[in-house]
Amino acid sequence: MKKMLILACTALIAATAFGNDTTKRKTPPAGTVQKDEDAPAITLPQGFKSVVVTSGLGKARHLTVAANGDVFVKLEKLKDGKGIIRLHDSNGDGKADETSGFGNYVGTGITIKNGYLYASSNDDVYRYKIDEKSGKVDIASEQKIVTGLVNKNQHNSKSLALDNNGNIYVNIGAPSNCCQVQDRVKGSPGQDPCPILEKAGGIWQFKADKTNQGYEDGVRYATGLRNVVGLDWNTEVNDLYVMQHGRDMLYQFYPELFSQKEGAENPAEELFRVKKGADCGWPYCYWDIDKQQQLQNPEYGGDRKKADRCTDKTKSIVQFPGHLAPNALLFYTGDQFPAKYKNGAFIAFHGSWNRAPEPQAGFFVVFVPFKNGMPDGKWEVFADGFSGFQQGGSTGKAKYRPCGLAQGPDGSLYVSDDNNGTIWKVSYGK
Amino acid sequence: MKRSMLLVLVLFIATAFAFQQKQQPAGLKAAIARGKTVYENACLACHQPDGSGVPNMNPPLIKTKWVLGDKKALTKIVLKGLQGGEIEIDGDKYHNPMPPQESVLNDQEIADVLTYVRNSFGNKASMVTAAEVKALRAKLK
Ligand code: HEC
Repeated sequence: MKKMLILACTALIAATAFGNDTTKRKTPPAGTVQKDEDAPAITLPQGFKSVVVTSGLGKARHLTVAANGDVFVKLEKLKDGKGIIRLHDSNGDGKADETSGFGNYVGTGITIKNGYLYASSNDDVYRYKIDEKSGKVDIASEQKIVTGLVNKNQHNSKSLALDNNGNIYVNIGAPSNCCQVQDRVKGSPGQDPCPILEKAGGIWQFKADKTNQGYEDGVRYATGLRNVVGLDWNTEVNDLYVMQHGRDMLYQFYPELFSQKEGAENPAEELFRVKKGADCGWPYCYWDIDKQQQLQNPEYGGDRKKADRCTDKTKSIVQFPGHLAPNALLFYTGDQFPAKYKNGAFIAFHGSWNRAPEPQAGFFVVFVPFKNGMPDGKWEVFADGFSGFQQGGSTGKAKYRPCGLAQGPDGSLYVSDDNNGTIWKVSYGK
Repeated sequence: MKRSMLLVLVLFIATAFAFQQKQQPAGLKAAIARGKTVYENACLACHQPDGSGVPNMNPPLIKTKWVLGDKKALTKIVLKGLQGGEIEIDGDKYHNPMPPQESVLNDQEIADVLTYVRNSFGNKASMVTAAEVKALRAKLK
């Protein structure tokens, strides 16, 4: 009895003393993949409608559609061991009836050109023969065409675009915010010159049909681009266009220059028309939304007035509010949508995080009208309602996050979401 | 005899509770309040106002084994940072790096912010003291 009491006392004391240090962990809500049966209500302009092709794919990044209508989706997290998912709609109702997969690597980029399906991991670019009439991919024909690209977690998506001359363009994002000596550490100075630009922070051009190309085989086509996830080759004017993710932490690091609200709006997310050899300014320059000017970054002596070393940089052609995270760019070449959409740009914004504690924003698809390869009017929201909240929700609570765009053979627009893995098909009329 | 034993037990429990009250010193509230300010300046942008983080980018600080676990390991993360891709929660990794705070925050600020994080967002765990941070900082030098 005595022993038992002593034991009980000891146990009690121990429990009280250690009770606070529990290491139990509940599963966090963020990033869970769930099947969603009810069609989410995304909003579209009058006359447009959407159908959910499929859902529950998980981290569905970019996507592409073959001539027969089969949709190919690149995943950033393997689903049943597969990194590329093929969706087939056999009865024409827009919904996928058959789902299959191949490719055992994660990544973002995927596109089809001249009988080949191109897909990227976060280090390499692969291609496969595809019969576009049947949507059949010859998996055994897999070739690694580019290899050994910089991948240090941050900004490691290798998005892809091809021109009509046998070249493939690959984004290599800078594994850095603003090329500080110590990344994202307040007060750490900017490296000058920025050594990251040798192998990242730009768009590299490779041959579309040559295997095992490394940096020495490629051309740094454009530099000074922090991170590009959305890019497209505009076949109307034969130029590359890219959407840059602007830098973070302006308010956190420079509250004397940027108010909380200005830090949420700055810098702009920028659309560049990129010629070979272009330098778009990162990490030395940023676009100031309030001053409507490309200015020097504070890490490089900027004071929101100085533009000295930015004067000779390539200027963006459209600017969007800060931190919205443009993850896909698509020039619309179809005939299904009304005439104003022809050759205009759709941009999928993934939604912000660096606007906190200001409300998060983005989580929508916008449209920019174009004429002769240049913007011809203000941008407008095209598809919205993905996040499921009006205002003030945290990024992790967003239900869907637009990430990829593709055009179907009938001119429909496809949108992917990498939170749940939902794919929408958007069409006009009918 | 039996009764006296019971008395001893009650006394023990009472002392344990009293001890615990002392262990959660009046300082706790003040530390949490100071830590909130540090959090807003140094952590909120990435880990978000509600500690929920950002999917694929920055991990949540809600009941993770790092937040609630060994204080030294936790303090080391804040002092020395992480490369990105080091933390895994339910099979998900995070792309951003965790910036080292050793040149940005002093011992008291790190102690306060960790005390705040360990007692917010649904977390409940003991304080981190400036002395503990100081000792670890010296050891990791
Ligand atoms: C630039 C964004 C950023 C800032 C600022 C930041 N963190 Fe982190 N933090 C991260 C990332 C990203 C990771 C995971 C890194 C990895 O996996 O390698 C992380 C990991 C952690 C972890 C361990 C994992 C977990 O979720 O429990 C803790 C604890 C933590 N951070 C606390 C803090 C505290 C406290 C502050 C402020 C003093 C802070 N962080 C500031 C981005 C940030």
